[in-house]
Amino acid sequence: MTAGITPGISTAPVLQVNDLSVTFRTEDGPVSAVDRVSFEVGDGEVLAVVGESGCGKSVTAMSLAGLLPRTATVDGSVRLDGVELIGADKRTLRTIRGREVAYIFQEPMTSLNPVFTVGHQIGEVLRTHIGLNRQAARDRSIELLKLVGIPSAERRISDYPHQLSGGMRQRVMIAMAVACDPKVLIADEPTTALDVTIQAGILDVLRELRERLGTSIVLITHDLGVVADLADRVAVMYAGRVVETAEVHELFAHPQHPYTAGLLGASPAAGRHAESHRLNEIPGLVPVLTQQPDACTFADRCPRAIDTCTATEPDLTPGHHRVACWNPVREPVEV
Amino acid sequence: MSTLALEVEDLVMHFGPVRAVDGVTLRIRQGSVVALVGESGSGKSTVGRCIVRLLEPTGGTVRLADADVTHLTRRQLRPHRRNVSIVFQDPAGSLDPRLSVGDIVGEPLRLMHRKNISTKVAESLRRVGLRPEVAQRSPHELSGGQRQRVSIARALISEPRLLVADEPTSALDVSVQASVLNLLADLQRDLGFACLFITHDLSAVEYLADEVAVMYLGQLVEQGPRSRIFGAPAHPYTQALLSAAPVPDPAEQRARKPVLLGDDLPSAIDPPSGCRFHTRCPVAVDTCRTVIPEPRVIGEGGHQVACHLVDDNGTGPDVRTGEGVAR
Repeated sequence: MTAGITPGISTAPVLQVNDLSVTFRTEDGPVSAVDRVSFEVGDGEVLAVVGESGCGKSVTAMSLAGLLPRTATVDGSVRLDGVELIGADKRTLRTIRGREVAYIFQEPMTSLNPVFTVGHQIGEVLRTHIGLNRQAARDRSIELLKLVGIPSAERRISDYPHQLSGGMRQRVMIAMAVACDPKVLIADEPTTALDVTIQAGILDVLRELRERLGTSIVLITHDLGVVADLADRVAVMYAGRVVETAEVHELFAHPQHPYTAGLLGASPAAGRHAESHRLNEIPGLVPVLTQQPDACTFADRCPRAIDTCTATEPDLTPGHHRVACWNPVREPVEV
Repeated sequence: MSTLALEVEDLVMHFGPVRAVDGVTLRIRQGSVVALVGESGSGKSTVGRCIVRLLEPTGGTVRLADADVTHLTRRQLRPHRRNVSIVFQDPAGSLDPRLSVGDIVGEPLRLMHRKNISTKVAESLRRVGLRPEVAQRSPHELSGGQRQRVSIARALISEPRLLVADEPTSALDVSVQASVLNLLADLQRDLGFACLFITHDLSAVEYLADEVAVMYLGQLVEQGPRSRIFGAPAHPYTQALLSAAPVPDPAEQRARKPVLLGDDLPSAIDPPSGCRFHTRCPVAVDTCRTVIPEPRVIGEGGHQVACHLVDDNGTGPDVRTGEGVAR
């Protein structure tokens, strides 16, 4: 499914994130949501950022173009084609958002304006960012709706969001997001609110975009099935940190971080658990951190923890398969 | 007493013009687990609510351990309440935040005027893997997984014959979901209650269910033993559901070709004529548009399917491969 474009980091990365940290001020004091996260996304590459609620994956996604509220303090560096986005002025951010980086969110209904037609909303993006006139914007909107697989686009363009099904709405959101041919598309749980039979179609659209337009995609998800379907590379997050990154086949076949291995074992998959009658469990809870400790944040839930784990924070190892763990899984794991 | 914990006959539930459930027939034997699977709007949760009589059905009958409870009043229902319990998807929304965990778990017994409630509460909490001290806490102090354990403790304290579990793990993270699914499996095996497990996620029920029933737009399209539904699904919709759920294995997942059904789910106000699935079915023929398919037994273990294209021996199309198959 990766025909056409060779994914990977051989070319200069389109998006480069270095030591990104996000802290929120709350009534109960500061909460660290993202801690020194680094990753890069190559041209036409799909990077999946995976983790459970509270791991910091969505906050990471939002900080990529300054969508966080004022209670957030952001440190580190996010470079898009060499341009620094952290601390950039509003005008720079406004041109970059929508044009260079585009977002799609989990719930399309809340991101679409209910009082305007689909055509108006896509057209607005085109008029604002590329300065197309009304007729040109309309023609291009129809083209975009066709690109994302909406049948009878000429007619659908006059529909209001409520006249569309959930899957159609998400297709419209994708059409709006790619209207200006962005370099990077950030898809935050794009199929989580959809039924599986609808999800399959949306994943196909994203795959098409990557193959036809060469769009790089940052896919934020909790669903390892979706990762297996679409990603070239994976970054696994836990309690604000990236704990493991690897090429997708490598990660699923040889997970090295005990958390990654645990997640894989806990994911039900049709046809795989009928014999064992049991899923792997990860005991304990994800911690809420006021400050990041000098230790592995997974240590107290980890079946492989050793003394070092609670005393010193592990760094990501160098190389293509990187893991932050003092006692990684080395032998193949049955999952 | 019969061997059935639940018998639902031709159940109908309409909300004004919305035909949420339109003729569902389902039986659960004592101590067995049936998964009721369907996507949003299929009517699966409405079936669950009719069974525990949070709703009064528009038509058909619901029998709990031989007693017809379809149209009983609240007062008449009281003696039957202990036979059936329900666990909901969102434990935060179904636990009263003003009560302590102990009060919540013990409430069913208090309504039955039982004695020694606190001992039973402690026992019930221990059974779901919580320390008895949790009884003093308030639900909001607990994590999502712990709250769901509290819901399960409350549901099981009256030792019901039937537990209706309505998407009990859908709001939980993968790692927590696994522990709650394992807990339900253990409790079911140890206590022997029957269970209707309502879910949108086929993969979550594979190792839990003895039988699977698949619902589409208010009706059952297929039901049968787990091994048959997963190994030899006969209805094109069941096949599509199985093919669409992505598996967490890149090599395997990329070799698969999900059956795409189109995004437009028909409305339950004006469901399609004939077979309700015909508007999205990749292999529908003219008969499907006009004639309603009746459920027929096509194989061992009472494997039933409602599809014109499957013959009495279970031979029919497989939309995943585009070929006809014999079962």
